[in-house]
Amino acid sequence: MLTLAQIMAVFLKDVRSELRTRYALNALLMFVVTTVAIILFALRGDQPGSTVLAGMFWVSVFFTAMSGLSRSFVSEEERGTTMTLQLIASSTTVYFGKLLFNAVLTLVLVAGVTVVYLIVFPAFEITGMGVFLLTVFLGSLGLASAATIIAAIIAKAGSRGTLYPVLSFPILIVPLMTVMGATVKSLEGVPFSDATVDFVVLISYFMVMTAGSVLLFDYVWKD
Amino acid sequence: MRSIVLRAERVSKNFNRRNVFRDISFVLSPGDSLAVTGKNGSGKSTLVKILAGLLAPTNGLVAFESAGTTLNQDEIRPLLGFVSPYLQLYDEFSAVEILNIVARIRSSGAHDPTRRRTLMEQFNLWGRKDDAVRTYSSGMKQRLKYVLALEHSPAILLLDEPTSNLDEDGISAVRSVVAGYGKSGVLVVATNDAVEAAWCSRELKVGI
Repeated sequence: MLTLAQIMAVFLKDVRSELRTRYALNALLMFVVTTVAIILFALRGDQPGSTVLAGMFWVSVFFTAMSGLSRSFVSEEERGTTMTLQLIASSTTVYFGKLLFNAVLTLVLVAGVTVVYLIVFPAFEITGMGVFLLTVFLGSLGLASAATIIAAIIAKAGSRGTLYPVLSFPILIVPLMTVMGATVKSLEGVPFSDATVDFVVLISYFMVMTAGSVLLFDYVWKD
Repeated sequence: MRSIVLRAERVSKNFNRRNVFRDISFVLSPGDSLAVTGKNGSGKSTLVKILAGLLAPTNGLVAFESAGTTLNQDEIRPLLGFVSPYLQLYDEFSAVEILNIVARIRSSGAHDPTRRRTLMEQFNLWGRKDDAVRTYSSGMKQRLKYVLALEHSPAILLLDEPTSNLDEDGISAVRSVVAGYGKSGVLVVATNDAVEAAWCSRELKVGI
């Protein structure tokens, strides 16, 4: 029987392992810094409008996520600990534990990118804070839900580095377009009610992606 | 220790088009022990992995029964102990941390501190329990795998190359564990060592 305690145990294992090895955190940090630096050089002091800023924000988040979110499963394969985890945990426990880890990691990533953007781009003014916070929260959940199942799929493949963003992008187009639109609304101070449709799309995406992943994961996880 | 019957019916395994073994059948009741023997590449480890639920058979069935009822995978998992040279550990953690993590994932944290200490002393790991596993030798890692496999008193113990990387003391500890399982649990040992095969009351030759 699936228990929350077992899911949390998988989650906490990954958190403690990450804090000791800093495998994904270092990759994420370097990618954020590098991405923002390149954008700054390209802009040469120009301040883009809210639409471009929102797009750049989520491009930074997407590619940074692609550099780090696959670690939850790839590290198990690379270290050979997949079999150990299969022995002690049900596939559903593993899935939800890893999903929770990726969701938290994505939230940390988005928080980091937000701070950097606030510092580096004066035009990145969050006028609608409620819309922005809910957008990044739901967007992070959607990103994590897709990233987790794709990470499980590519973990046993060769050329994982290339395969991960290639497989992720088509699946993430819908939530990416939605969060970009909602982020524009938050930067322009649009009323909360005007972003409700975006939130419904993001919640629905997360639920559908998670439900599909739960059904599929057992076949992906086991030989 | 719960009484479990392990039943294998016409189990076969193919990898792509290569058949590893076919039509393997046996029934093991509490107190039974089975040595799986055969040449290198004959499928001994593959069969043990199938019994542990790590691989699916191509054909056939593996079932675990308790009081006439077939158990599902979630019910079987806490009843299995598995030791193998290719089982890897999280080497950034200490032995105690790994045992705690496994106990939490396997059974929401329940474990017997006395049993843990007894096992770690039996396998000569108590003095290194707080050291990171990355500092362990291969033999020490193999000993830790035994502690992991035995701490929850599994009804079924699956050993693949049981004395791999072990010194005489380690082999002696394994022998005493095996002797205990010969009385009340189900034991399966995959080996190409005649001494290890002799620990078991029955033998299954794979790949012939």
